[in-house]
Amino acid sequence: MKVRTILMLLLIVTLALPTTSLLAQGQVELRVLWYNDGIEGDVLRELLDRFEAENPGIKVAIDVVAYADLHNILRAQVEAGGANAPDMVRVTDTAAFRDFYLDLTPYLADPEYWTANFAAPVLNSFRKGEDDQGIYGFPTQFTVTGPFINRTLFEQAGVDVPSDVMEQPTWADWEAAAVEVAEVTGVPYAIAIDRSGHRVWGPALSNSATFLNPDGSFTVDSPGFRKTAEMIIGWHERNITPLGVWVESGGEYASARPEFVNGQLVMYMSGSWQIAGFSTDIGTTFDWDAVPNPWGEGGSTGIPGGAVMAGLNTTAHPEEVAKVMEYLASEEILGEFTAKTLFIPGHIGLATKGVAYVTDDPNVEQALNTFLAEVPKLSDEAYGLQYSPITFPLNVNIRDRLSQVIVGELTLDEAIVKIQEAVDQAYIEVYGSK
Amino acid sequence: MILISRTIPPRTRQAFSDALVKPFELLMSTLDLLLMPLQRLLGMRRMAYFFVAPNMIIFGVFILLPMLLNFYYGFTKGQSILLTKREFVGTENIETLLACEDYSNPNTCSEDLFWRGVRNTATYVAAQVSTMVLLALATALALNQKVVLRGFFRSVFFYPVLLSPVVVALIWKWFLRYDNGLLNFLLESLGYERVQFLADASWARFWVIVVSDWAQMGFYTLILLAGLQAIPASLYEAAEIDGANVWKRFRFVTLPLLMPTMTVVLVLAFIRAVQVFDQVFVLTGGGPGTATLYIVQYIFRQAFVVSPRQYGMGAAASLLLALVLLVLTLTQLYFARRSEAT
Repeated sequence: MKVRTILMLLLIVTLALPTTSLLAQGQVELRVLWYNDGIEGDVLRELLDRFEAENPGIKVAIDVVAYADLHNILRAQVEAGGANAPDMVRVTDTAAFRDFYLDLTPYLADPEYWTANFAAPVLNSFRKGEDDQGIYGFPTQFTVTGPFINRTLFEQAGVDVPSDVMEQPTWADWEAAAVEVAEVTGVPYAIAIDRSGHRVWGPALSNSATFLNPDGSFTVDSPGFRKTAEMIIGWHERNITPLGVWVESGGEYASARPEFVNGQLVMYMSGSWQIAGFSTDIGTTFDWDAVPNPWGEGGSTGIPGGAVMAGLNTTAHPEEVAKVMEYLASEEILGEFTAKTLFIPGHIGLATKGVAYVTDDPNVEQALNTFLAEVPKLSDEAYGLQYSPITFPLNVNIRDRLSQVIVGELTLDEAIVKIQEAVDQAYIEVYGSK
Repeated sequence: MILISRTIPPRTRQAFSDALVKPFELLMSTLDLLLMPLQRLLGMRRMAYFFVAPNMIIFGVFILLPMLLNFYYGFTKGQSILLTKREFVGTENIETLLACEDYSNPNTCSEDLFWRGVRNTATYVAAQVSTMVLLALATALALNQKVVLRGFFRSVFFYPVLLSPVVVALIWKWFLRYDNGLLNFLLESLGYERVQFLADASWARFWVIVVSDWAQMGFYTLILLAGLQAIPASLYEAAEIDGANVWKRFRFVTLPLLMPTMTVVLVLAFIRAVQVFDQVFVLTGGGPGTATLYIVQYIFRQAFVVSPRQYGMGAAASLLLALVLLVLTLTQLYFARRSEAT
């Protein structure tokens, strides 16, 4: 009987322990739902450790999930609400969660700092309906799409890099040069573009495509879009691009990063977020450069992008959330985050003053400067596309339908009709009618 | 144990046995302490419900409730996952899925990917189930003979069943890759051209079936082997005395007596084939294009990939799938029972 009594007491004490310890601490624990492209999770943890030391009453836990699951997990958590919902989040599909962002304005010491330092299209992307004042979050980084080249291969082939010798090289110029380099050096692939509609937009706009209508809807069919689609289809027909990217990848995003990193690819259309990874994975194996977006009848533009961090209105601690957000969005802390993660800053002040990046890799420095020079060239349409509430349907449908054209399941005409139907449907779901 | 009982003195053995038994006794008496008052309160009969309750709760929460939710989702639309915020639209989702000008051409259907999924799944099920059941039967027949290293071969065929479908798909993906794939490396070493195994629609469909057969065959082989071993040897001896050759013994003894087991295998293999998803998703992602996009991946795509999410459409497609599965399984069982009766 004695043993039984002791066991029962032990059971009760064990069950009661966690509750009492939490109460004793008297701390607010905030949770941020996060995904990683590279080392930014570690950098964030380092910055939050300092924040916690300065603010002993607040602890911030980072829940890291895979990017592919991020939006589904967040949707379930915020709709369920309660203790399961995170207090803050880092997302890329900003428009999808506009019902759930927390307006930080009443809690911010200096709301004007936010409007002065973060671009209006980004701040607007959080807002819904008539709201044009609310402050809900900030961009953790800015990205720009653009091409990379393997400069060592150009040198080995004795072929001039088009942007070194021409003022406004077109896609046709780049393609011809890349094919020549691949032929001379025996590299299997001349040119590749990520399997993503977002990556196709830049070349399409440069080829004079227009997607955005004044009412916010999209028109897919245009000579510029057709020209770009035909160019990508042509790469596959001529077997100068790795089929693993657009053909083998089914319904998913895919990149040609492995081929480029392994020195099997001459020119790779991707974006600034690749820089840190290239620095680590390529190292001194070969020289790689970012080059300006090729020119066309529509000029030369990449597409902006990046991730944003926002507070969520499901939180029980809005004041503490605002405090953390204010800390992370401050010029000093965001500057440190940017410098260590090798991102392009989404902060106007930092972009103007420049960032002292923590790297001794000359390729990284060159690439960052190239992408920074692309920022002023970004067209209004590029911003409009990226920050539209129906940007994702356009992105995903261009990606999947073009793949079907490449493998012969659809003609380009049929694909354009299907993409148009999908974005029209998305427009109706977001705006109510067309 | 024999070695222990011979070498260890009885007192040590007793102490050893006590050390093993005591914790269990303690655990049981603690449980007794908790359950006795409950039994006094509920009575003996109702205690049965108490013991069944955990399983029923798990079944209810993780199977029954999702099924009911899915049923309701299929008749609603909207972006919210909360039922209260979803608009009831009746059979609109099902009508959209079925709307087609020409069923032989998916491009004319309003949900063309659904019909591509249906067509691909039908082809896959027919090819995969038939090849796998034949292979499993052949393997079971071979393993039922007195062959050298029989135990080893039984383990070898069963081993892939233990692997996660994701692991299976990754292993085969590395094997089949165009760049640095083992199979293409072997082909090149032998002087042949490399082949786009996963970028060519026909090859991709072929390999999806091969990988599924490889991964699942061991399981069905084991069931069929059990069925074969249950057939009395005396029947074969009698058939042999009557002059039946190997084929006739198989045709008139093995096959009829194996039919109940075959039915189980066919139903299980069929249901599993219709539900194919994870392995193919990792191996081909549904590509090239939509060549290996099967119906469950279509459902997953609608509910968790496209933006804005089409939860209602995904749920409606899964309702149609469940209906088709139910009808086909009942038909299969009906014919199996009829043939058993005759």
